[in-house]
Amino acid sequence: MDAVDGNAIGGLLHEVFGTEMTTTVGVCGSCGTARQVGELVVYAHAPGTVVRCPSCDNVLMVFVTIHDRTCVDLMGLAALG
Amino acid sequence: MSPVSRGFHRRRQDSAENAGRVPPGQYVTKDFPVLSAGPTPHTPLDGWSFAVGRRGRQKSWTWAEFRDLPSEDVTVDIHCVTKWTKLDTAWRGVSVDTLLDLAGHDGPFAMAHCDGGYTTNLPVEDLTGGKAWVAYAYDGQPLAPEHGGPARLLVPHLYFWKSAKWVRSLEFMDTDDPGFWENYGYHIYGDPWREQRYAGD
Amino acid sequence: MAGTALRGRLTWQVATVLAVSVETPSVRTIMLDVPDWPGHQAGQHVDIRLTDEDGYVAERSYSIASAPGEPVALTVERLDDGEVSPYLTDELRAGDELELRGPIGGYFVWEPADGGPLLLLAGGSGIVPLRSILRHRERTGSTVPVRLLYSSRALDDVIYRAELDKPAAGVEVFHTLTRHQPPGWSGYARRVDAALLADVMWPTSTMPLAYICGPTSFVEAVSQALVQSGYPPQRVKTERFGGTGGT
Repeated sequence: MDAVDGNAIGGLLHEVFGTEMTTTVGVCGSCGTARQVGELVVYAHAPGTVVRCPSCDNVLMVFVTIHDRTCVDLMGLAALG
Repeated sequence: MSPVSRGFHRRRQDSAENAGRVPPGQYVTKDFPVLSAGPTPHTPLDGWSFAVGRRGRQKSWTWAEFRDLPSEDVTVDIHCVTKWTKLDTAWRGVSVDTLLDLAGHDGPFAMAHCDGGYTTNLPVEDLTGGKAWVAYAYDGQPLAPEHGGPARLLVPHLYFWKSAKWVRSLEFMDTDDPGFWENYGYHIYGDPWREQRYAGD
Repeated sequence: MAGTALRGRLTWQVATVLAVSVETPSVRTIMLDVPDWPGHQAGQHVDIRLTDEDGYVAERSYSIASAPGEPVALTVERLDDGEVSPYLTDELRAGDELELRGPIGGYFVWEPADGGPLLLLAGGSGIVPLRSILRHRERTGSTVPVRLLYSSRALDDVIYRAELDKPAAGVEVFHTLTRHQPPGWSGYARRVDAALLADVMWPTSTMPLAYICGPTSFVEAVSQALVQSGYPPQRVKTERFGGTGGT
């Protein structure tokens, strides 16, 4: 399956962060590239949702929904918002 | 309570003859869905190697050496934690028993490391005794990159996230350290027959 | 109204199907009654959730085809191996209910104040959010010039064909049919490439704003070509649908 972008997980992001997130700027902790979340690379078909840097593929965010609770790991980001 | 959508049902191919082969909570599919946590690596075969062992004392094979090892054709059912099960999938690969006979056993647990950075952990006991392969062909064809080619781990008795795509090494460990999905809350072992999808199941 | 659409909780609510209309042999537009709809911006989408009798849940996202102020309409393309799309295009009928949450999105939206000229690039069902932008532009009386380049497999696959054949003043529509062209076809007849884009795109000196929507491979190829020909990346907005689907 092809990757999509942050627009495709707009609903998930809103649910997790409580607000619209696709225009929020994320900064990659690995290469420093800054992009709006709507432009980040999203793999949405795995056991979880993996969001990667469009420049260096570094994992920026991972969302996993287990028993109706969604957890998010943002460790790959140097900054968000 | 969500309303039932009139006339909607999931794709499924349930039939009495499959009973007993489908773990709890799974449905049978004829597709072969591609699930990925990242971009498909494209490792050229002349740059590919496979290694077994702890860092610094690994046994390693080039593609040519790997393809010279004895291999087997196996037909197995596979079960993805996202609930699809595919029956009678045909693979060719080198048994992990063969690889460990040559490289030696050096610990009770192993971490599979893959191109692209994916990892998954397994007890060595679940990699031996005819239960696991490093597979390089599917359905009579070289394994396609989106399905893990050049070679992937094949451990059909566990959920398919343990059958790591683009596998490049098995590294022995003293403890059952969590790999990529295990670290995010998926079950450390992953037995589909006990429906061990998530930690604590 | 746009502000309240973006902030606050995003909750699932039950929508009722008002009508299903045929766009092409594999595409339907579904008009919905959404009781607590807060309004939306052109380019936004909704998430849809279906539940079967066994409790199996499937969720998908669809762009809103209608303009702000119009009733919520979604345009859905039936994917041959799809689980949800064939249900929406072939089974769903007026009176049925489905769960919906939205509107969603703030990146891939256009308001008249954003200006232009606008370059809209659609691959297959990627036309849906761009059609919402076109309708919003017309309803607000905006005079921002627009060029739409729409890539489809064949003429029968062109969604909103009648509407696009009569564009509003200031809107130019270019079609390319990549697999099959009818006799006498005078439009483009190939996948969008740098040369085709060069024909159609606004010169960079006009400070254009580009919106690209469609399958990931289409969006990647087109956005790279635009940026390579000088469009600043921050003036190129992208929305990737994944998979194949109609180019």
